[in-house]
Amino acid sequence: MTARFYLREGRRFLSPLLLVTVWQIASACGLISARILPSPVQLAHTLWGLIKNGSLPTNLLVSLERVSLGFSLALVVGITLALISGLSTWGEDIIDSPLQILRTLPALALAPLFILWFGIGEEPKILLVFLGALFPIYLNLHKGIRNIDPKLLEVARTLGLSRAQTIRDVILPGALPDLLLGVRFAFGIAWLMLVVAEQVNAESGIGHMMMDAEDLLRTDIILVGLIVYGLLGLISDRLVRAGELWLLAWQTQGSKHI
Amino acid sequence: MATGLANTGQQAHMKHSIAKTEVETELPLGNKADVVITDLSRQFGDGSPVLDHLSLAIPAGEFVALLGRSGSGKSTLLRTLSGLDPVEHGDVVRPKAVSVVFQESRLLPWRRVWQNVVLGQNEPEAKERALRVLVEVGLEHRVDAWPLTLSGGEAQRVALARALVRDPSFLMLDEPFAALDALTRIQMQALVLTLWRKHQCTTLLVTHDVDEALVLADRVLVLEHGRIKVDFPVSLPRPRRHADPVFEALRGELLHALGVHDT
Ligand SMILES: Nc1ncnc2c1ncn2[C@@H]1O[C@H](COP(=O)(O)OP(=O)(O)O)[C@@H](O)[C@H]1O
Ligand SMILES: [Mg+2]
Repeated sequence: MTARFYLREGRRFLSPLLLVTVWQIASACGLISARILPSPVQLAHTLWGLIKNGSLPTNLLVSLERVSLGFSLALVVGITLALISGLSTWGEDIIDSPLQILRTLPALALAPLFILWFGIGEEPKILLVFLGALFPIYLNLHKGIRNIDPKLLEVARTLGLSRAQTIRDVILPGALPDLLLGVRFAFGIAWLMLVVAEQVNAESGIGHMMMDAEDLLRTDIILVGLIVYGLLGLISDRLVRAGELWLLAWQTQGSKHI
Repeated sequence: MATGLANTGQQAHMKHSIAKTEVETELPLGNKADVVITDLSRQFGDGSPVLDHLSLAIPAGEFVALLGRSGSGKSTLLRTLSGLDPVEHGDVVRPKAVSVVFQESRLLPWRRVWQNVVLGQNEPEAKERALRVLVEVGLEHRVDAWPLTLSGGEAQRVALARALVRDPSFLMLDEPFAALDALTRIQMQALVLTLWRKHQCTTLLVTHDVDEALVLADRVLVLEHGRIKVDFPVSLPRPRRHADPVFEALRGELLHALGVHDT
């Protein structure tokens, strides 16, 4: 975390900044039509307007609520299922095979069915997010549990660890890197599912805000929605990475000294 | 157990005519055999048996080195003794408190050094116990380190500490220094000898290094075709010198038994 680190971090922003500058200049010179692609300054203006009139915060809150509900549910169910199927052979037989078949189904294709079943309420949207996030979480944690180094399990046996102690000290920490990887994938998919769910059928949320804008030919609002989606994805990814740094200190701090 | 010993002692004597088993009649620490293996056999699939009616008795406190070519079944024997592999045929009597050190340190990378040492021991004074043993193996400065930051020798020291903290009466070491550089290996050998003297536990060291066996052990075994082919005491006083003519002679004998011939 020295000057070099900040220099590198700074460099990452260099090319996006350059792109925005070029874009602004091109728009100002009339090279890009404002109806097709509004200038960055215009977008900032729109963004400020959407914040001030409350429509962005309201819709953002609704979207966040859907994602957090669906995602939390996926986390709880995915981890539970992976634990059951990873830690017992009967669990593996009962849970893993059906889930392995189900995962090949594109969850987005379920959207029409969910709308038929649940109507236009919150359930189909939360359920879509849940389904999208469930599989990466389940699959990665399950793989992590199954791939624990058998030599470490032998050590647990020779040390006389109980089953519960083995799970707590060996299996779960050993599978944690895979779980976190799954969580990162899951976030990516969760946002995607949310976008689709909100654009197909919703009366609120960022996706809905964008669809409304389409009717009004407001390219700028659509772009603001896109930027918000992008930022949400970026932030959630950063959060998981921060969690990894903290939870997997043994890996990151460990390898630094080698 | 006493009768068991008399039995196996004799069996060992009769079955392995090559073996020089006289040592069993003059046990250094009383006559209690700590580990008794009788007629132990093990076979994987349809292959030839890896252990073939093997019998062996180890008196309490003895330091035994087990030699044998790669694939001769040394690890299989150790795994059976440690309870990792089942006793499919034959009989094994051994103390309850056993510890194993493997060639790889097998530390949990997600637990700090001291936590690895007292893994599974949850009492409040666990850390103090860990500290005490880590001092013994010379690692008091790495107590809170992550295992991935340790050198190979340091990791094996932690593995030794983890084995000793449980006060084993029978310590098994499966080629514990094979992956270390020569210098570190010599240091580790000295350390093991010190620890063995201090803890007085029965010790079975698997090694492929004839010199290591002769430097450390009270008794050297060679495993071949699933049985103890050679079994003789090393009565040289410690510390032992490689240049000692008796050492040289034993070395030649062992190498011969292992099928390596001096040219
Ligand atoms: N789990 C197993 N399944 C099948 N064969 C095995 C297994 N474990 C060991 N063996 C075989 O048993 C023999 C002895 O192996 P091992 O005890 O590891 O030898 P050593 O430790 O003396 O090198 C080898 O031929 C090995 O291939
Ligand atoms: Mg081996």
